[in-house]
Amino acid sequence: MTQPILHVRDLAVAFDIRPQGAWPWTKPLKLHAVGGVSFDLAPGECLGVVGESGSGKSTLARAIVGTIPATSGEVLFEGQDLASMSVSERRVHRKDVQMIFQDPLAALNPRMTVGDIIAEPLTTHYPQTPASEVKARVGELMERVGLLPNLINRYPHEFSGGQCQRIGIARALILQPKLLICDEPVSALDVSVQAQVVNLLAELRRDMGLSMIFIAHDLSVVKHISDRIAVMYLGKLMEMAEAKTLCTVPQHPYTQALISSVPIPDPVLEAARKRPILEGELPSPLAPPSGCVFRTRCPKAQASCAEAPPRVEVLEGDHRVACPFHAPMDVLERA
Amino acid sequence: MTKLLEVEDLTVTFRTGDGDVNAVNGLSFDIDEGETLAIVGESGSGKSQTAFATMGLLARNGRASGQVRFDGTDLLSLSQAKMNKMRSEKVAMIFQDPMTSLNPYMRISDQMAEVLTLHKGLSKRDAIAEAARMLDAVRIPDARARITMYPHEFSGGMRQRIMIAMALLCQPRLLIADEPTTALDVTVQAQIMSLLGTIRDDFGTAVILITHDLGIVADFCDRTLVMYGGQIMEEGATTDVFAAPAHPYTKGLLRAVPRLDRDDDVLQTIAGEPPDMSRLPAGCPFSPRCDIVRPECTATRPAQEAFPPERRRACHAPLTEVTS
Repeated sequence: MTQPILHVRDLAVAFDIRPQGAWPWTKPLKLHAVGGVSFDLAPGECLGVVGESGSGKSTLARAIVGTIPATSGEVLFEGQDLASMSVSERRVHRKDVQMIFQDPLAALNPRMTVGDIIAEPLTTHYPQTPASEVKARVGELMERVGLLPNLINRYPHEFSGGQCQRIGIARALILQPKLLICDEPVSALDVSVQAQVVNLLAELRRDMGLSMIFIAHDLSVVKHISDRIAVMYLGKLMEMAEAKTLCTVPQHPYTQALISSVPIPDPVLEAARKRPILEGELPSPLAPPSGCVFRTRCPKAQASCAEAPPRVEVLEGDHRVACPFHAPMDVLERA
Repeated sequence: MTKLLEVEDLTVTFRTGDGDVNAVNGLSFDIDEGETLAIVGESGSGKSQTAFATMGLLARNGRASGQVRFDGTDLLSLSQAKMNKMRSEKVAMIFQDPMTSLNPYMRISDQMAEVLTLHKGLSKRDAIAEAARMLDAVRIPDARARITMYPHEFSGGMRQRIMIAMALLCQPRLLIADEPTTALDVTVQAQIMSLLGTIRDDFGTAVILITHDLGIVADFCDRTLVMYGGQIMEEGATTDVFAAPAHPYTKGLLRAVPRLDRDDDVLQTIAGEPPDMSRLPAGCPFSPRCDIVRPECTATRPAQEAFPPERRRACHAPLTEVTS
């Protein structure tokens, strides 16, 4: 097997939370945002990460990029541990890992022109680049992401949401990264524009041989763009499998509930579909349930689920599922 | 026979620094008792302003003209006091973000009781008991104990349930839900939609659901009305509209949504960007993005054309060209 571009083992991120009004000397509470997450990403692969709010998917992305320090575990990028690197070594590596964000307008500096925004990574990492070359590269990239190069001197507020996201993509790609992390890149966009951006990302990935981590709460979009999908709940990986397998015959009760909750734009199919609805809400991450974190809402929960976190079982086709009572379910089957 | 709500030639105009902007342009539709109507559109399509105009909740620089008849009464010409009564007893609305529509300084019990003491003349004690009963009905666990809590002590899904309970206190005949689940997670969205379904069936409330999510429309609504640039593109029974869209916009929209049950390699897209409402084209608002645009599309606004079964559309291209 080729060396994975990204190797994540037992990654955990915890935040210290000081409740309002607590004494300064009391020990802060620990919020475990991500716990025990492991996966490998092959070069050129796209891993989708889905989960509801509070599932830790964005924290996972930030821990991989290094903007949030991991509490434990390791993240190896091309075999090298990012956490143990010196600042200058890490700067070299940072060029290879870029990120795009959910709110396209908020992610752009309103006082910089589009040209400056897109060129900033290049001028930061290669300050000696001649201005004419910077301008040529920016123009080239703007064209590549579907923006007219003559808009180079405009400011972000003059662009629509979809165009701003294109600017964000151009900025992320100017250093020709190997890994692109997309945190909810299309959630803020209208349906018709969302399709344009999803297609653009898929096309760029193919042409530039990018590896991608695509984080979103919309399972339909994630399935469309990803090779594999990881499902998170309260900071833990529940299930990870090839995208189509995961969406058609999921094994974990949470994945099954999640997919059943997604409405499909087809009235005939919807009327015929069995849709078991998940009761309750996400427990507080400050006091997660013992054992399996999903057990409080799980239709299959047993007394044993409270005792220890479930072991990850590996099924055929590298289908990983963290539930001892897993069973395939055809979620799109008609009742 | 009169319909529950009849909207005729509704136009909503905002006075802005750039001159007058029409958010809604000559909109007509109606809804029957107990019916569920979806108003679908992207941002800037005018779908929310239609609802705000109906409820008399337009921003200060907004003005509505045309007619909005509820049970024969024109809402647009009602006095503020009469409109208040209407809003409490006949028509209710729930909003996208439940945190900003609940008063953060008031206990849930006080907010809910206020509606009943003011409009139904109940005593405070009876009002709170009735409010607790309604919270039970929207399945808030331990409602009696939690009614004294403040909005921030509830999760997003629970707050939306509280909004629904509050909207139902006076048993309205029409409920307008403006993107009620957009801020919620999918599993919670499924809970709320199922709750709305139960309420519609139990109380016989007519529902106007305003959304951009075609999946929810397919799941929930009898009829669908598609808006773009403040105008109706097409309308019909949900099953008909989804099976055979009669407008290039609807057709494009349905193709642009990735579906869980399908494997498409490339998503079909609608070229271009949503319209700038202050600079709408003279003809069809969708013409700059339409792939079957004709010369007359940019010049004149297409008229509403009715066709069987009980559908209508606004498009210059012949129906056969769109459906083929």
